[in-house]
Amino acid sequence: MNRMFESLRFKVNGAAVDLPVSPGRRLSEVLREDLGLRGTKVGCDAGDCGACTVLIDGAPVCACLTPVAQVAGRAVTTVEGLDMGPLQQAFLRHGAAQCGICTPGMLMAARALLDRVAQPTRAEVEEALGGVLCRCTGYARIIAAVMDTVPEGGADCPPAGAAVGAAVERLDGLAKVAGTEVYGADHLPEGALLVRAVRAPDAPMGFAFGDIAAWRAAQVGEVHVFTAADVPGVNVFGVLPAFADQPVLAERHVRMRGEAVALVAGEASVIEALDLERFPVVWEPRGPGLVHEGREGDLLILGLVQRGDLAEGFAQAAHLAELEVTTPYIEHAYIEPEAGVAWMEGGRLVIQACTQTPVMDRDETAKVLGLAPDQVRVIPAVAGGGFGAKLDLSVQPLIGLVTLKTGRAARMVWGRAESMAASTKRHPSSMRGRMGCGADGRITAMEFDGEFNTGAYASWGPTVAGRVPVHASGPYFTPAYRAEARARHTFSAISGAFRGFGVPQATILQEMLYDDLAARAGIDRLEFRRVNALRDGQATVCGQVLQGVGIGACLEALVEPWQAALARAAGANAGGGHIRQGVGIAACWYGCGNTGLANPSTIRLGISAGGRLVLHQGATDIGQGANTVIAQICADAVGLSLNDLDLIGADTDLTPDCGKTSASRQTFVTGKAAMLAGQALREKVLALSNMGPEAALRLSGAVLIVSDGQAERRIDLHALERDARGYVLSAEETYDPPTTPLDANGQGAPYAVYGYGAQVAEVAVDTCLGTVRVTRITAAHDLGRVINPLLARGQVEGGIAQGLGMALMEEFIPGRTENLHDYLIPTTGDMPQIETIFVEVPDPEGPMGAKGLGEHVLIPTAPAIINAIRDATGARVTRLPALPHRVLAAIREAGT
Amino acid sequence: MQAYHRPRTLQDALGALAGGAARVAAGCTDLFPATGARELTGPVVDITRVEELRGVTQGPDGWRFGAATTWADVIRADLPPAFDMLKEAAREVGSVQIQTAGTLAGNICNASPAADGVPCLLALEAEVEIGSVAGTRRVPLAGFITGVRRTVLRPGEMVLALHVPDAAAHGRSRFLKLGARRYLVISIAMVAVRLLVEEGRVSQAAVAVGACSAVARRLARLEGALVGARADETVGRVEAGLVLQDLAPIDDIRADAAYRGTAAVELIRRAIGDLVRA
Repeated sequence: MNRMFESLRFKVNGAAVDLPVSPGRRLSEVLREDLGLRGTKVGCDAGDCGACTVLIDGAPVCACLTPVAQVAGRAVTTVEGLDMGPLQQAFLRHGAAQCGICTPGMLMAARALLDRVAQPTRAEVEEALGGVLCRCTGYARIIAAVMDTVPEGGADCPPAGAAVGAAVERLDGLAKVAGTEVYGADHLPEGALLVRAVRAPDAPMGFAFGDIAAWRAAQVGEVHVFTAADVPGVNVFGVLPAFADQPVLAERHVRMRGEAVALVAGEASVIEALDLERFPVVWEPRGPGLVHEGREGDLLILGLVQRGDLAEGFAQAAHLAELEVTTPYIEHAYIEPEAGVAWMEGGRLVIQACTQTPVMDRDETAKVLGLAPDQVRVIPAVAGGGFGAKLDLSVQPLIGLVTLKTGRAARMVWGRAESMAASTKRHPSSMRGRMGCGADGRITAMEFDGEFNTGAYASWGPTVAGRVPVHASGPYFTPAYRAEARARHTFSAISGAFRGFGVPQATILQEMLYDDLAARAGIDRLEFRRVNALRDGQATVCGQVLQGVGIGACLEALVEPWQAALARAAGANAGGGHIRQGVGIAACWYGCGNTGLANPSTIRLGISAGGRLVLHQGATDIGQGANTVIAQICADAVGLSLNDLDLIGADTDLTPDCGKTSASRQTFVTGKAAMLAGQALREKVLALSNMGPEAALRLSGAVLIVSDGQAERRIDLHALERDARGYVLSAEETYDPPTTPLDANGQGAPYAVYGYGAQVAEVAVDTCLGTVRVTRITAAHDLGRVINPLLARGQVEGGIAQGLGMALMEEFIPGRTENLHDYLIPTTGDMPQIETIFVEVPDPEGPMGAKGLGEHVLIPTAPAIINAIRDATGARVTRLPALPHRVLAAIREAGT
Repeated sequence: MQAYHRPRTLQDALGALAGGAARVAAGCTDLFPATGARELTGPVVDITRVEELRGVTQGPDGWRFGAATTWADVIRADLPPAFDMLKEAAREVGSVQIQTAGTLAGNICNASPAADGVPCLLALEAEVEIGSVAGTRRVPLAGFITGVRRTVLRPGEMVLALHVPDAAAHGRSRFLKLGARRYLVISIAMVAVRLLVEEGRVSQAAVAVGACSAVARRLARLEGALVGARADETVGRVEAGLVLQDLAPIDDIRADAAYRGTAAVELIRRAIGDLVRA
């Protein structure tokens, strides 16, 4: 396949290129693979995501849709060709890059606009960036950055001891705006084999391989083929060991469309050209039967929480409400499809791939490959978005297998369709609820029943079934309660972890019921929630008595915005017309960390002889900001400046285990470990210098200066003995949140810390077309202590974008919406104005009072929007998403 | 076998197509998404270097849009108000990136029921100029697209240009697209309306609806009802019966059939309302 091509001449970033290349090849491929310009990202290969946006003679195009022949004689500009100037500085200053995978595309689209219009309006920016999807930010910070490129430097580093609470620019931001960040598809060792998977077109099916040797012989180059028979270890993996049930490569039958049955590997040009439709495998449809033997009724697990006398609670109710709600599969739609590379180093297997959980990846991959965990090293590639799905293994065991078998480096980059078919989803749900309240509006009883389609494999189904009953009450005092959630298998896409683990679905039902009851009781909807809000010292539905409960403060912070929103809607509606405005509210609570299970984090810190504070931070930063937030906590705990700190990012060889980036636990759990390690290191410094606890620390070259205003001690770091890692002083601390397992009735203390929030959504509904525009969301979130307001705001806005998508447009249908033009996520033009209010009710357990935030922010958005649609029109949308035809049907049903 | 032709002249382009096996490529905004491959496979004739195929020109009989004319070219072109709907559609095609590369001719050749350009071009009475080594022929756009992803193009033929006759380049026009999000969205329904109002009455009406039938349709019955109406009577004349008889909407993931019909009627009323009010 090494055909000789005519040379193609063009310019890239000002330099002349003369390249023998196949003329029909995608420009994105030529830039990335032939020219090594991997700042240009590939998210869909279909023009749906814009991540590959480059400029041709100044005009923006998708490089994935451009045959390279068309750039002959023209000038191509990529992110590598941008001067690091005011635009990138504005991105850093505004926190416009989170995971950063869309950032090059955003920068190029913005550059094209700014070259035409120096100071664009918001509408112009929205239109110019409308073709680049971002799943992290909700676009607000990006739009703000593009509108604010008047040269201005970055923020100053806060002084020692004042990092927490400061709007510090993300410490790992520079590489993201320079396009030099290394994601899963961006590292390519010399001679790496390309790996592709043969996947099931449907399920359930049995299969048998044909003559693989003959098929291999018929290919134009050498093709390695691997099947389940080649898996050297246990061909079963899973995120929860007790439920592990997924084969790396299916053995005799497949349970879901997209399941891998074989791998092909070889030289990239050979493997790319293979038509895998012709791979010798014969599929045989099978009868339905059980998805997994031994799981009767396809029931994976049932989660139950019950407390109080339900019958008595309902008997006391003056008002009752009942409701059924269904929600579909939701796709994470990170812009980076799964990718990674494996190689051998010193007899050990090294895997560098996108992930949210490096240590679990290492252990699970080792098990599958028949290796001891210490024979595997996992280096997380920077994750281009995760949101839960990159907690599960994807490419890791596949490339690991190929490398182990061939001794060669092996690389795998999933396409968009492959990613959407094979990765996990948010659980589709079918929920029923019943609720009662007294004449005073106080909830007397709630009953919840939810079916959650967990798909073909267990993944995080047990976690969803466990979390939902704990949280389905909402952050409200509910004296009599019964909630049951069942995770049930189907021969369909795997449902796993997605920002909120089932709680966003359950909250839609619960918050709609709250509106029903508020209406029946004749109480203002916000006031109704305030009446029921959990208070310090009250027991949750699990019987856990909480302190530092922030929901009341969040609701109080929304009183004025709520009144103003109601007045705006009333004013707009007074004029009549087919556009009706409405206002909705919903709240959330969410426990941070594993549910009643250990989930420790360990942080290591050292001071080098050269005078640097080195933080070994093993929590993967998937865009949410752990690299920055953990460093801020650590720096303040030690009492040194962030400028003194060097970060060693997650790597199973270099960093202790910080657990999963999941369950909104990193700021809380790893942050607390960082605080404890920082305090321990500070203690050692103070002991060495014989100074009191109030002393100030300062690094000056290789001298650590400790002073308290009267005395000053200078510690010559070179004079101290170094440990094996080269540190003259070091500390390592582990923190595991104090929880207790739940009993048979779901009673216990499942989480040590909860976070709280509430959002007010304002919508304009077109009553003739059923279309909904969300005009404004006011979000009040209790973070306990805001470690970094810039990054926290980005989390809120990004969560709202995902919640808005869930409410209005997102519906994954296996085999039908496996692309980003049939599966819709919000664009720049779909986002409302967002007002963020941070509330700080310190948590006694969290580091410096901090609580988690990452998942909380998504939970209230969809129910607030659905409730606002109802306020506007009377339409009660019970099947999500609220697509225009469903809204219109609901409006007609409501008879308004 | 993998030949990629990028001729400079139309004659060479038609010559390369003459074998009948090659595909015509221009913006590639539909060709690439249809394949997971790293490159366009099979023989391809890329027409983007043929200068005579690009651009918008006015001739004695009307307007000509060369086959390689992009949506961005349309947005920038100096055109009379009858073409406003085409410019509005151009801004709704995919994204700015897609508009830079994608072409009008590609839009009609791809023959998607949801092609944004087709309703506008129907309402402009566009004719399709088709060429091959054997010569050229012209067919009305309404006869060019014969079904979902089907056209009258024969092997060896390609679209050379779209022609809008002078007679249709009159009046004012409006395009409305309905989708479940703001940008980068496939239509649930869309309408293109062109009205010529003379001395207070409609003298020409062209109304076309897309994404509500296998091929976008002109609504002859409704147009008949609009001609002769006073400007302030027009919206009232848009009766569902006049619209729905000519459409055949389907249920799919984006909406159900009944909704599409309702939306088409409403969008037509709004488009007409915008035109007569403004």
